[in-house]
Amino acid sequence: MTETAADPHAAVAINAGGVSSGGLTTADGRPLKAALAAAQSHAKRRAFLLVLPLLLFVLITFVFPIGQMLHQSVYNPGFTTNVDVITKEETPIMVNVRNWFDANPPGTEPDEAAFEALAKDFLLVDELRAAGSVGTRINYDMSGTRSLFTKTARKAEDLQPPYKEAMLDIDEEWGDPELWAVMRGASSAYTANFYLAAIDLTRNAQGEIVKVPDDRSLYIKLFVRTLLLSLLITFLTFVLAYPVAHLLATLPLRYSNLLMIFVLLPFWTSLLVRTTSWMVLLQSQGVINDALVAGGLLSDDGRIQMMYNQTGTIIAMTHILLPFMILPLYSVMRPINPSYVRAARSLGATSWTAFRRIYFPQTVPGIGAGALLVFILAVGYYITPALVGGADGQLISNLIAFHMTKSLNWSLAAALASILLAGILLLYWLYDRLIGIDNLKLG
Amino acid sequence: MALPKHADTLERIWHYAYIVICCLIFLFLIAPILIVIPLSFNAEPYFTFTQKMLSLDPTGFSARWYDLLLTFGMNNAEAPRDSSWWADVWANAAWVNAAKNSMIIGFFATILATALGTLAALGLSRPEMPFRRAIMAILISPMIVPIIITATGLFFFYSKTGLANTYFGIILAHATLGIPFVIITVTATLVGFDHSLTRAAANLGANPRTTFFKITFPLILPGAISGALFAFVTSFDEVVVVLFVAAHDQQTIPRQMWNGIREQISPAILAVATILVVISIALLATIELLRRRSEKMRGMSPA
Repeated sequence: MTETAADPHAAVAINAGGVSSGGLTTADGRPLKAALAAAQSHAKRRAFLLVLPLLLFVLITFVFPIGQMLHQSVYNPGFTTNVDVITKEETPIMVNVRNWFDANPPGTEPDEAAFEALAKDFLLVDELRAAGSVGTRINYDMSGTRSLFTKTARKAEDLQPPYKEAMLDIDEEWGDPELWAVMRGASSAYTANFYLAAIDLTRNAQGEIVKVPDDRSLYIKLFVRTLLLSLLITFLTFVLAYPVAHLLATLPLRYSNLLMIFVLLPFWTSLLVRTTSWMVLLQSQGVINDALVAGGLLSDDGRIQMMYNQTGTIIAMTHILLPFMILPLYSVMRPINPSYVRAARSLGATSWTAFRRIYFPQTVPGIGAGALLVFILAVGYYITPALVGGADGQLISNLIAFHMTKSLNWSLAAALASILLAGILLLYWLYDRLIGIDNLKLG
Repeated sequence: MALPKHADTLERIWHYAYIVICCLIFLFLIAPILIVIPLSFNAEPYFTFTQKMLSLDPTGFSARWYDLLLTFGMNNAEAPRDSSWWADVWANAAWVNAAKNSMIIGFFATILATALGTLAALGLSRPEMPFRRAIMAILISPMIVPIIITATGLFFFYSKTGLANTYFGIILAHATLGIPFVIITVTATLVGFDHSLTRAAANLGANPRTTFFKITFPLILPGAISGALFAFVTSFDEVVVVLFVAAHDQQTIPRQMWNGIREQISPAILAVATILVVISIALLATIELLRRRSEKMRGMSPA
């Protein structure tokens, strides 16, 4: 493309005499329409090229890792492939029993052939020292089975036909049809079982999807708690933010800019610092309790337990997320013309009616923006509940972290995270549709 | 917010009640942040005000927790405080090392996020940008997606690519987390950017590069700097990704704080918290100055 055509201004330099061959042309004789289209597509490309480096960067460091997490949530090769820790060499394992599963429909009573396949597989597993990882994989779906695998692998060399009896001799549990159903489920590296587990479902011996027993169901309860706590925190931030935002919006700018420091300083202060401060304040030997005892409102042994429970999570998160509600409310309230309310008053409305019918409806967009933002942030909160939440103040994020760092059930963690991510992305899409990402402001 | 003269008693009561409520909410916002400052000078290892502190007795206060920040992790903390003692602090003190790591990671993550983010913001604010909305949504998403999900994804990604346990990996992750802030602040500066200025420059014979460095760059600089500050603070405050992908000896200030809070919270944490609060006050002041400067520059430019 020539430089003249690239320049959008070239399109302006119309050759006045160029009407001869149907339509206007540029100075170098090209049709004006084509030159304009070329210039526009050039400008488009130039804009896109500016964004491209960052887009690639974010795709690699953010979108791609998220994709890996999604993959991990449906993929777990613990029962199908062994990766050597040192050489990274991959060996297929449990091949014989997986062939037996393929040949027989779900629910088939394991026969001698099945046990023989399993015994052969255990020889290889023992040789590769993979019993631990195989057992761990089965243990995810059926707790308490890891030791069964390590124990059997140790004795694999001594197994003699008939294999069924020999294996049942090692442990009676090998006759459990549920165990065989779990192994069948794990015999494919790709499985939806982790998603089932993440919503408190499991498969029974016949391969049907059933609810887990109530005493073991946990995740639905936690998702519900996360939603309820987030709603409560969103509501509390709204209640606290509305009057403050209104005050800031109606004061003259020089005062409101000064008071804005009270909102922006928490916003700028480290999250860990704010959480630490709340721990200091809320402890049973902390400032608030001490003040209440000193003021005679509490007896020394009647100190309120405000930390390591839901109360702590709610108070600290409300404080931390409050600026995210105040700022959108403020930016909507500031341009509201006070003469509307005055007009309503002069027409005879009480101050309450004027507020309810005139002022409040004008602030609804700000409420929507703030509430959606606070809710999105609250649903995924991790640090504060982990530090002040105790047992019953934990949210779903804390459980994801638990499975990532403690129980090491990464696929389940990934499945839980994917469900959470789906919810967040839905809300994010809603936010973009209703408010627009461009309108997100920081201070 | 002045009360009109014709207000009745009920309205007067409500008006004053409203002001009291607002003051209480402001107190709720600011008190938790300021409370750590006096408590960090506690002479006793408690998290509450002692009798001596309340009666302003000088013996109730001490800087021992600040001293602990220097001596914790040293080889020979009891040695006389000469140059070799300070060399020991610089080389071995746990908090000093954490601060060094945080600064290095924060510095490079900020540079990366600001350079890429400013460039992209320039493209995004052009009216002819294709797929603007979708691309913007992708670029802002690291701020919206919960940090635990990002950290989980990075953990899988880094353990496959060998970026786990490297500073480079942490810097990349922190840059990603800081990018949304840069995009938001710089695009906000570019809203209402007077494009006739760049056209005028071109018209006067400046080539695109001169136009950028003489006209566009000075005008977006305040936005870019506040974006950079946001990115730095994000990195400086980030603990979850570091916990998931960093090696055990790669301590940063937030990670050290996290460990301190989880294991046994000591007033040394409050000393760190106080230092961080002072830093955030300084940053806030900087941002405010930049905002005023930006407004002033806009005021000078013909609308």
